[in-house]
Amino acid sequence: MIPTFLHAIPLSSQVINLCAALMLLLAFAMLAQRRVLTLINLFMMQGFVLFVSTLIVALTTNQHELLVSAGITLVLKVIALPLILHRLIRKLSVKWDIETLLNIPTTMLIGIALVIVAFNVAQPISQLSGTITRATIGIALACVLLAFLMMITRSKAVPQVIAFLAMENGLFFAATSATYGMPMVVELGIALDAMVGMVIGGVFFFHIRQQFDSLDIRQMERVKEG
Amino acid sequence: MHALLDWIVLVACGWLLIGLIGIAFSRQFLLITRLLFPFGAALGLLLAALALSALVAGPQVRILPLGLPDLPFHLRLDALSGFFLFLLGAAGAGISIYAAGYFRRGEGTTPGQQCLRYHVFLASMAFVMLADDGYAFMVAWETMALSSFFLVTSEHRHAEIRRAGYLYLLVAHIGAVGILLSFGVMAGSAGDYTFDAMREFSTLGIWPTIAFLLALFGFGAKAGLLPLHIWLPEAHPAAPSPVSAMMSGVMLKTAIYGLLRVSFDLLHAQLWWWGVLLLLIGLASALFGVIFAAVQTDMKRLLAYSSIENIGLIFVGLGLALIFKSFLAPNLAALALTATLYHCLNHAFFKSLLFLATGSVLHATGERNLGKLGGLIHRMPWVAWLALVGALASAGLPPFNGFVSEWLLLQSFLFTSGLPQGYLNMLLPVVAGAVALIAALAGFAMVKFYGIIFLGQPREEKLAQAHDAGRLERIGLLWLAAGCILLGVLPNVVIALLDPVTRLLVSGGLGAVASSHGWWLLAPISEDRASYSPAIFLCSIALFMPLVYFAVRRYYHGRMKRVAPWDCGFPLQTSRMQDSAEGFGQPIRRIFAPFLRRTREHPSPFDTEPRYHSRVEDPFWYWLYLPLTRLVERGTRIIAFLQQGRIAIYLLYSFVTLLTLLVLTRG
Repeated sequence: MIPTFLHAIPLSSQVINLCAALMLLLAFAMLAQRRVLTLINLFMMQGFVLFVSTLIVALTTNQHELLVSAGITLVLKVIALPLILHRLIRKLSVKWDIETLLNIPTTMLIGIALVIVAFNVAQPISQLSGTITRATIGIALACVLLAFLMMITRSKAVPQVIAFLAMENGLFFAATSATYGMPMVVELGIALDAMVGMVIGGVFFFHIRQQFDSLDIRQMERVKEG
Repeated sequence: MHALLDWIVLVACGWLLIGLIGIAFSRQFLLITRLLFPFGAALGLLLAALALSALVAGPQVRILPLGLPDLPFHLRLDALSGFFLFLLGAAGAGISIYAAGYFRRGEGTTPGQQCLRYHVFLASMAFVMLADDGYAFMVAWETMALSSFFLVTSEHRHAEIRRAGYLYLLVAHIGAVGILLSFGVMAGSAGDYTFDAMREFSTLGIWPTIAFLLALFGFGAKAGLLPLHIWLPEAHPAAPSPVSAMMSGVMLKTAIYGLLRVSFDLLHAQLWWWGVLLLLIGLASALFGVIFAAVQTDMKRLLAYSSIENIGLIFVGLGLALIFKSFLAPNLAALALTATLYHCLNHAFFKSLLFLATGSVLHATGERNLGKLGGLIHRMPWVAWLALVGALASAGLPPFNGFVSEWLLLQSFLFTSGLPQGYLNMLLPVVAGAVALIAALAGFAMVKFYGIIFLGQPREEKLAQAHDAGRLERIGLLWLAAGCILLGVLPNVVIALLDPVTRLLVSGGLGAVASSHGWWLLAPISEDRASYSPAIFLCSIALFMPLVYFAVRRYYHGRMKRVAPWDCGFPLQTSRMQDSAEGFGQPIRRIFAPFLRRTREHPSPFDTEPRYHSRVEDPFWYWLYLPLTRLVERGTRIIAFLQQGRIAIYLLYSFVTLLTLLVLTRG
């Protein structure tokens, strides 16, 4: 027997909520993941979930711009960026395990605290917002914060770039859920940003390795002035 | 009539075009020096002529379709900008034609690049004077600062020149911030950055004062007013001579223009204590400049300090005009302002002339140190005689131009007794006395400058190989010297030309008074009180000079007997026995010892090759700048604690900031 409170929620909303939960789960998975290859796959899955949720929002609310957004997400985050990342780590031959600055359980605990904070913070925003997806704003914010945390705790350059891209995923998800997507210009700009960040990151990988024989950004401390 | 402004813009664009052609054909040395620079000089003449007609024509405005979207450049041509454009064109023409002969191959930067920088510099100054909104003004102002920075560092291979250039750039930028903030304050009430809007809306309360003080700080940094003058004695010697001439003669005047524009045109009410502030700062700068000029041993540094002195005098005049205007005495304000503007024009001519003369000396001898020059009047008669005109004008002697403006300035002091402020009435005579002292000391500095370089015997053997200036250089020097004489001989014409400017700024003018006595007698207030007739001076000089000359030749030289001396301790006379630059400046150094920071080494009495070292340094380095530097360094060390060098920590900073902001917005 279906619980009575679920009757009030239409199917599309339920699917979106499911997607949001998956996003959060994947964010935690990325936070806990030690292997670079798996990390890229997780990132790809997160992109796919984002694509699905955007598509559903677009179809249920008849927002045609969101269809384009979903298309961009699919092309960029599910296909192009993972491909580039795979090629990159093949070229750099860095399939090793990731060292973290904090150990994984501690990171997870901090992550849980962050999720609570994110929900707390997002509550007034979701009350203001009148979209069908408003329940997911907290989750989206939590994704952003978790990705940020991942960027902080990783000491290698490649996982940091992935964390950066994951943060962008969370941001995009927040935008879709709060306001049915940002204006197209902003969205294209952000997509371009992610792309450029990726390219610059790629260039940096090579330079860091040439300079220090390693991709460990802790080596960068030596570059500091004085 | 609108065509006038368009023509002036075309001239400025012509300069830009010349610069671009110069950089495009940077290998064609003859094209650049024999064609482009003289053409630039011709454009300068054209600009001067156009600006002269702009003095009498009414204000004209244009909106250029350049700049940011919705933020086009506004241009405006009125009598004030016309006057300063005339100054730019007339002095610039002489400097450009000199520069055509001056820049050589293989010295520092290539002539092609010099050509570009120099003409961009000229064009940007023209646009500074045309700009009619804060945005266009700042763009032109910064272009001017940058192009002149690159000109100063032409010989960038010398570390000290790079250092001088950096100092200049630093002060220029700090000043630019002041100007920008001043515009911001004025635009804050107007809601718009156009000068028209700033004129329309009057700010209230303390804001006009803040705007004025910021503008004074910003423009004072560019002009070289007292605590901000330190870049001037460094940058002027570092730059090639035509550039020093351009910077000292013309660029410093853009700062005067800016301050005039802000304080007289854009701000509504003037408070009398602003004038007192200008007066005191100007006086301090003038006194400081002239004392330091008198003790310098580097000829270009001497002229740089002399520029500080002249700028100080100009600010004294500005302050006086401001005081008179605030007490609603338009005629007296017009007198003081006329003296100020006149002095701007004069300084542009004689200081450029002197800087160019030092350029010729530098080319001929390779020496800037006065102690190694001497007797050059025999080797370089052209330069020496033309420099004499500049030196006399700078010393403020009739019949040259420096005299007229200093005389007018002192005249305007004599009418201050009627002001309704007791303290001012006590202060102003003291200031007038100090101005007279400054004029006398300026004369001393010029005697030193001219006497040590050109008179006496050569102090070094290599000076015998010195050659006179080339033909183009002579034309440039001649033009400026002719300007010095004409401006001195025809004061009434100049004052009549200044009439529209003073009418615009202080709604009073001397034009009618000047023309009422004919061209030969200058009586600014009334004939009974004071008058000056350059024609009589000129005639009597023309009469008495030959008379004295022949009398001395006839009666003195004829009677002089040359007999074998009994030596009296002078068995032989060498050039080392002449008065040196240090020796000549010694009395001044003694009298003003508390102002100077001086280190010297005396040779031991048993030294067979005695050497005497004396170094006079700017005390402001020790009083103001070094403590300031230490403070900044301490501050940065505290802030540097944040720089841990670990990316994770940097990310943590932004993460914590984000979280804090999120929580704050929640609460």
